[in-house]
Amino acid sequence: MDIPAELETKIDEAITQYPVSKRSATLPLLHLIQEQLGYIDEAAIEWVAKKLGLEPINVLELVTFYPMIRREPAGKHHIRVCRTLSCAMAGSYELLDTFCKYARIDRQHNGHGTHLLKSEDGKYSIEFVECLASCGFGPVCMINDDFYEAVSQEEVPQLLEKYQ
Amino acid sequence: MSEPTDLLNVQIDGIWYQFKKGTRVIEACAQAGKFVPHYCYHPKLSSPGNCRMCLIEMGMPKLGPDRKPALGPDGKPVISWIPRPQISCAQDIAEGMGVRTDSPLTRECRNGVMEFLLINHPLDCPICDQAGECQLQEYSVEFGTAGSRFLEEKVKKPKRVELGPRVTLDDERCILCSRCIRFMKEVAHDDVLGFASRGSHTYLTAHPGKLLDSNYSLNTVDICPVGALTSTDFRFKMRVWFLKETKSICTSCATGCNTIIGTRENVIYRQTPRENNAVNSDWMCDYGRLNFHYVNSAERLKIPQVRDSQGLANVSWRSALAKAGEELKQYQKDGVAVVASAKMTNEELWLAKKLIDSLGTTYHDIVPRFGEADDLLMSADRNPNTLGAQLFGVTGEHPGAKLQEIAESIGSGEIKAVVALGEDLTQIGLTASQLKKLSTLIVVGILPNETTRSASVLLPACAFPEKRGTMINIKGRLQRLNRALQPPGEARDDWEIIRDLIQQLTGSNGIYLIEDVFKQIADTIPEMKGLSFSRIGDTGVQLVDETEEARAAAVTV
Amino acid sequence: MASTTRTPHPREKRIIFKNIDRPGWTNDIECYLHDGGYEELKKAFTMKPEQIVNEVKASGLRGRGGAGFPCGVKWGFIKPGGSKPVYLICNADESEPGTFKDRYIIHQDPHQLLEGMIISCYAVNARLAYIYIRGEFPEGAKILEHALAEAKEQGFLGKNILGSGFDLEIYVFRGAGAYICGEETGLIESMEGKRPYPRIKPPYFPAVLGLYMCPTIVNNVETLCNVKHIVRIGGAEYAKMGKPNNTGTRLLCVSGDVQQPGYYEFEVGGITIGELINDICGGMKPGRTLKAVIPGGSSAKVLNAKDRYKIKAKQPDGTTVELEMGLEDIPIDFDTLAAAGSMAGSGGVIVMDDTRDMVWALNNINEFYAHESCGQCTPCREGSLWMKKITERMLHGGGVEQDTDTLKTVADNIAGRTICAFGEACAWPTQSFIDKFRDEFAATAGKKGSENGSTNH
Repeated sequence: MDIPAELETKIDEAITQYPVSKRSATLPLLHLIQEQLGYIDEAAIEWVAKKLGLEPINVLELVTFYPMIRREPAGKHHIRVCRTLSCAMAGSYELLDTFCKYARIDRQHNGHGTHLLKSEDGKYSIEFVECLASCGFGPVCMINDDFYEAVSQEEVPQLLEKYQ
Repeated sequence: MSEPTDLLNVQIDGIWYQFKKGTRVIEACAQAGKFVPHYCYHPKLSSPGNCRMCLIEMGMPKLGPDRKPALGPDGKPVISWIPRPQISCAQDIAEGMGVRTDSPLTRECRNGVMEFLLINHPLDCPICDQAGECQLQEYSVEFGTAGSRFLEEKVKKPKRVELGPRVTLDDERCILCSRCIRFMKEVAHDDVLGFASRGSHTYLTAHPGKLLDSNYSLNTVDICPVGALTSTDFRFKMRVWFLKETKSICTSCATGCNTIIGTRENVIYRQTPRENNAVNSDWMCDYGRLNFHYVNSAERLKIPQVRDSQGLANVSWRSALAKAGEELKQYQKDGVAVVASAKMTNEELWLAKKLIDSLGTTYHDIVPRFGEADDLLMSADRNPNTLGAQLFGVTGEHPGAKLQEIAESIGSGEIKAVVALGEDLTQIGLTASQLKKLSTLIVVGILPNETTRSASVLLPACAFPEKRGTMINIKGRLQRLNRALQPPGEARDDWEIIRDLIQQLTGSNGIYLIEDVFKQIADTIPEMKGLSFSRIGDTGVQLVDETEEARAAAVTV
Repeated sequence: MASTTRTPHPREKRIIFKNIDRPGWTNDIECYLHDGGYEELKKAFTMKPEQIVNEVKASGLRGRGGAGFPCGVKWGFIKPGGSKPVYLICNADESEPGTFKDRYIIHQDPHQLLEGMIISCYAVNARLAYIYIRGEFPEGAKILEHALAEAKEQGFLGKNILGSGFDLEIYVFRGAGAYICGEETGLIESMEGKRPYPRIKPPYFPAVLGLYMCPTIVNNVETLCNVKHIVRIGGAEYAKMGKPNNTGTRLLCVSGDVQQPGYYEFEVGGITIGELINDICGGMKPGRTLKAVIPGGSSAKVLNAKDRYKIKAKQPDGTTVELEMGLEDIPIDFDTLAAAGSMAGSGGVIVMDDTRDMVWALNNINEFYAHESCGQCTPCREGSLWMKKITERMLHGGGVEQDTDTLKTVADNIAGRTICAFGEACAWPTQSFIDKFRDEFAATAGKKGSENGSTNH
């Protein structure tokens, strides 16, 4: 697996933060690799296992547990809309529908999917996630690492404009 | 009078008992005759406490104002019961602890857990191997409810997964107790199993690049409480309630893991390990476990044969033995060799030595077989009874040391007669043509090979599950084999064949039963003095202190 | 849509949130130092660690993450002079639905957290500490890492801090979308690189067998910030705020059907539910009436606006009286909310008006718990998804008569039977919604799909 030198430097630095047990660095490494390469594939699982002296199953157990760790690439821009009670009361289900409409994502089913819903051109992907901790200013969403509160359905098109 | 300090007072269902300090609560209940149902707990593995089936009511002594236990009218501590039920598998007993194993709350807890385990469980009983030895079935009957009130769709998971070459996994049946994961990590030292996904969708898996192919993989099938992990070898072969279960030992190496042989209508279907904390704990290796199919082979030798001008012909036992005796009488001392086997039982080896003595030869040995030891159960010595062969003088300090000489002497023509007891002489470096040069080749065997094909007298005998006898393992432990099958056709017990051969030579007898053989051994060999067949019991007897060599060669779990 | 600065309400008492939305305030260390930051750290080093622990004990500070466990008692479990290293972990995994307070401390006032954390580490002798921050706060993680670098540069971290002889390293650990990592032993397992399965207690009490099987203190962000202020004014002075056994200030997060949802800081017990909703948050939307309140995050039991509550209250003279009050009269503090049959929890107050369908609301909550169940133990793993499937069916027109009772007994079979408090967290909503609004659930039997709760699908 081709890990760019710069990334490997960051990885080595991250490992030093867990002097007691290298295994603690598993999730941090998955974050670093996903940030750079977009997702975690088979090779990455085996690479991380080897790097930390673990069995591949030890890494696989984590990759499949945490929803934020992706096994397949997301769209160029990844949207997360909150589905939990307060945001739902503020209209987050409708917001999800609106996002899907303007991002041209065909949604067959509702809910917290185990796979990403992507637009055909790969520009956007969307996830209906659990509470994003800004319940008083819902509905809230994230696009990539950017956080947006009180998002109205009307402003969805101009929001998406920023992410091309 | 002071009480021994390592005993603690515990009240179980209203009765006070004493248990050793360090006893797990669930074990204390078992000792008191109160079985607490459980799935994830296993005495030889760590306790995760995840199944919640062993929930019981627990209490501790009520402390008085002086911070000492308040005593009741019976002089025993008054118990203050914890309202929340506790698991009993992960905690040790404490002084003055109280346990209720059968209260209304306890029964409610068990009923609740049973219901939860069954809502997503597939209705596979009719096709599931585990039926008849399934703890889900058993506890459901005892602690569950007859009907289901689950109206939803069950969670679907992978079925019929090839987890490894010998284990098939059905993820829907899995109750996620994690016994298999813990076994592979803690006992087999091969951390290959784990849980993937989350919540109700969690499923057991191995990484596709590293499957469950450890030599101990089938132990996970034993400890799986349900039919999630099944033995691919045994899958769909036989309903377990039809199996006759015979306690015996494995003979694939010198460890002698204790086993249960499962048979029906004289066919062997499976072997499973039997607990013996002095030998194999609760485990056995896959190699030994599956090394039985040859017993059922259609090629098994069934009828005694004697060579005439046209080749080997079927004869009666009387004729075969008479011919063997007639042939052997022609040779004296070092004109004849006896190649015995360390796969034979003690009784057979004892009689083999008697045969050797009757023949007066110094050419005798066993065929050693070695492999690589693992650091668990599998011994480097792949013969189950090397120590026995040494103890009775069939072989010397270095088993197999005499074999080269024997082979050369056969080649040179000095040795004209060989008695091959359960071994194929091509294993000691002889060729088929060299074998044909022998004037006399008396063979006791079970499956055809070059030696049996070259025999002048061929005597069909027993495979290990057909034997009754004893063996001494690498650690000097005397263990018993019990007969699980009748030998096929007219094949007979090896010890009887050898006794009859001796009788042909010396004419004397006096041995009618195998117990007589054992008695002779016990009367002669100091290490076995005072022992009898029944005294050996199901878990054997340690004969000698482990020698340094044996300790080094042996393996511990 | 853009984040607006929100002015504090005049009735608030902003101590922890003093700098949140403060005009001119920036989250760098210069601003913090200019405002007198890290003075408490300097003061702490003039005290012995045991003294700091005693101040925290005297303050009566209770954990602000949700459990409300007395912080001083938790710290007291760490016996000084042990042979194993002690670790401290800041629980910044804020994921309890309805809760949104730690987010602002992390993003806008990170140094308050760091200062409180360093003082706490000194108090319990932790030389290596971590901030476990939820993965969905990527900017927050960057801000904290930057703040840690700033602090180190100033000598507030690293070796021999301020000449005290005390060494400390703090690192940021990012989560990845699992609510169960907010459970302290689940958090510890996650940090050890394993699946975040909470540990059984006994024997794995974090103060004894925590991170790497060493004594570990796990504290919420808000709790650690309070430590700084306790050092500043002393434990006894801190305890004067709030009520006995419910001391200090509390960050309350209000969401749902009010005019001005948001975050507010009050003395514990210093405001009632009604005052919060009506005086601070602008009351209900026009034409709507209050129906239900979840006072402490979605795990807390729901309270019915129509009910009367009999609260046993201890009077100052030591006697106990039973007061009867409506929902809106209930003061927001740990003990009173517990006496009312709910809990103060994480301080997340979710308000629902008369347009809300309770079956819809419970179904939304049930889906959360079904998603977030780690799956380790039988009752929660199987029961959480089962409850969600039942309410989903009730909502979409497949409800049958026995559903309500089944729901209730399933919840009863989970609570109290699990490895961790997630069992209670997922069972209490179902138990309480059915208890308080049974008619709505019973009415789904045989009915077509519900159209209420405008956002159901």
